[in-house]
Amino acid sequence: MSEKIKFTIDGKEIEAEKGQLLVEVAAENGIYIPVLCHWKGVHPAGSCRICTVKINGRFMASCTTPVDANMVVESNTPEIQDLRKAIIEMLFVEGNHFCPSCEKSGDCDLQGLGYRYQMMVPRFPYAFERRELEASTPKIFLEKNRCIFCKRCVRMIKDEEGRSYFAFKGRGKHLEINLDTKLAEHMSEENARLAMKICPVGAILRKEVGFETPIGKRKYDHVPIGSEIENLQN
Amino acid sequence: MQKVTIEPVTRVEGHGKVTIHLDDNLNVAQTRLHIVEFRGFERFVQGRPYWEAPVLVQRLCGICPVSHHLAAAKALDVIVGAGTGHGLTATGEKMRRLMHYGQMFQSHSLHFFHLSAPDFLLGYDSDPATRNVVGLAVKFPELATKAVLMRKFGQEVIHFTAGKKIHGTGAIPGGINKNLPIEERDILLKGADPLNIDTMIQWAYDAVQLFKDYYMNNKEFVDNFAHFPSNHFSLVRKDGALDFYHGVLRAVDAEGKRILDDVDYQDYNHYIEEEVRSWSYMKFPYLKHIGKENGWYRVGPLARLNTCDFIPSKLAQQEFELYKAHTNGKPNNYCLHTHWARLIELLHAGEVIKELLLDPDLQKDDLVIKGTKLHKGVGLIEAPRGTLFHHYEINDNDQITLANLIVSTTNNNEPMNRSVNYVAKKMMTGQSQITEPMKNAVEIAIRAYDPCLSCATHAMGQMPLDIKLFNVNGEIVDHYRS
Repeated sequence: MSEKIKFTIDGKEIEAEKGQLLVEVAAENGIYIPVLCHWKGVHPAGSCRICTVKINGRFMASCTTPVDANMVVESNTPEIQDLRKAIIEMLFVEGNHFCPSCEKSGDCDLQGLGYRYQMMVPRFPYAFERRELEASTPKIFLEKNRCIFCKRCVRMIKDEEGRSYFAFKGRGKHLEINLDTKLAEHMSEENARLAMKICPVGAILRKEVGFETPIGKRKYDHVPIGSEIENLQN
Repeated sequence: MQKVTIEPVTRVEGHGKVTIHLDDNLNVAQTRLHIVEFRGFERFVQGRPYWEAPVLVQRLCGICPVSHHLAAAKALDVIVGAGTGHGLTATGEKMRRLMHYGQMFQSHSLHFFHLSAPDFLLGYDSDPATRNVVGLAVKFPELATKAVLMRKFGQEVIHFTAGKKIHGTGAIPGGINKNLPIEERDILLKGADPLNIDTMIQWAYDAVQLFKDYYMNNKEFVDNFAHFPSNHFSLVRKDGALDFYHGVLRAVDAEGKRILDDVDYQDYNHYIEEEVRSWSYMKFPYLKHIGKENGWYRVGPLARLNTCDFIPSKLAQQEFELYKAHTNGKPNNYCLHTHWARLIELLHAGEVIKELLLDPDLQKDDLVIKGTKLHKGVGLIEAPRGTLFHHYEINDNDQITLANLIVSTTNNNEPMNRSVNYVAKKMMTGQSQITEPMKNAVEIAIRAYDPCLSCATHAMGQMPLDIKLFNVNGEIVDHYRS
């Protein structure tokens, strides 16, 4: 049996099993720490840093940090809120996130966080990167300009033999998400659906079905992102 | 040597410019209405997935985005193999119709009461400081309240069909993404007074009477304002009825002779050509078989009531008959009668909304239909201000490769220029000074067409017109900028 430990998040005492991921323990206790790259049950990547918290005075990603006894975690502080907001702004300026015509609008985690953290105008200049779209496969339309490099698709969307459909290409500012078009010729409907679902933005789109969900029935039309976790507590 | 031309350099939205040239004898030699309406949508929609077009392209406009939303969706219906018009499921087509007639209702209300009524009810030569919707609200508070509520009602119809009042997502290729639940229907049908369809129809009827009363007392001004013959162009239902959502192309000349009839709009480019003139970013469309000189035409309410044979709703048909009697059944070429026609359309829109609200098809769940995919589709719709063309082509990867839009205001380019010319000649010949009422008369001529440029800017009586008066040497004698 795992060892039970105690620690605090924003002064609230939490009991958990030692080694559990901090972001998941927080969620189980009704404390929302935003995530973009993390997906429960999938090996953490720690790539987006939106879940950054301060643990015993040090900034750390809560999706890669196992809990331990007597940790003092700060999450909902002005300093960390602003740091997360800065990350959101960076993600917006780094790509081309034009919500008005994006079919993921209303279901998009990045947009949801933009609203939640009240992003108005980004503090950083737009990068105006221009990446080619990948439209040549039958099921998926890959809008590379919207990718935030969370790597969920690379880690999760695989064929029967375990081969990833998605991969990163390039380095630094030339980094971009890529689709193995040969493999994707035979992508199943199920994988296409899952790929679009796990993509936290509008980078992976299923073909020919855009805007089928009416406004009012989308994920964040009525409640802000994170409500499902915070409501556990209420 | 290489010549690099960057044209246009920037986009200017909602701005018009009129230039008037006078010769030595102070005769009006030339007038031009310049509209810089280049938006670039046709270019940047290229490469995008086709199903994005109805949502993306509607961002052209904030006043009648539903027109663009539906015209694009209609073009894509063809591409996804759902055919045109009646190819959709009953719920799909009727929900879209409801959305569109809701838009007609709000846009026509907005145009007449907020933008044009100040000229009529307060006087075109009244103090410009109060010749606006605020002045109207002070002098006619009850009317102004009705105007606001009629627009609100139309916007609610759009909200329930498109998901949002402005820039919704209701229409998708092959159909619609929602039906109209009973509770939403009842808000529109049986809402607390005055926001229900019966009151709206009554108010629309009252608006027609209001204009008729004005007309009876100002017949000479209205009839002689800008009266010139033209061709008229619109969609009509296959049986000749007025239809804002779908139909075939019809055009009549100034005498009522049909010069185009029963044409499938998928072939629009066999019949319509666009001329480019160096001084305006807006093209000049004309009917190919008649030619540049005489093939230009009017679109919008005046044109629609000239091309259709009847209006398929009771009260509007009664008013239509009275309206037609005025010109003995011949086409109406009086520029300011456009307002009369617009209000009859407003009444018709209200009646159609009621008919649709009572239709149980709106509660069914069969929303989308698709068939064999094609690479090209054309969608036409009668927008509040006239016929709107959307034409898309796609590649095998579902990306848009070509988009061509001919917007309503573009179709009215030549008639607007002629109206400006008519009014300028009448008001300014022999004048070396332009008075404010003269300038406003020019604006009234343009406003009658409800051009898109007015929508964003005239709400407070400040259409950003730039009028320059030149002498024969090209020197500016007077300059007015509102």
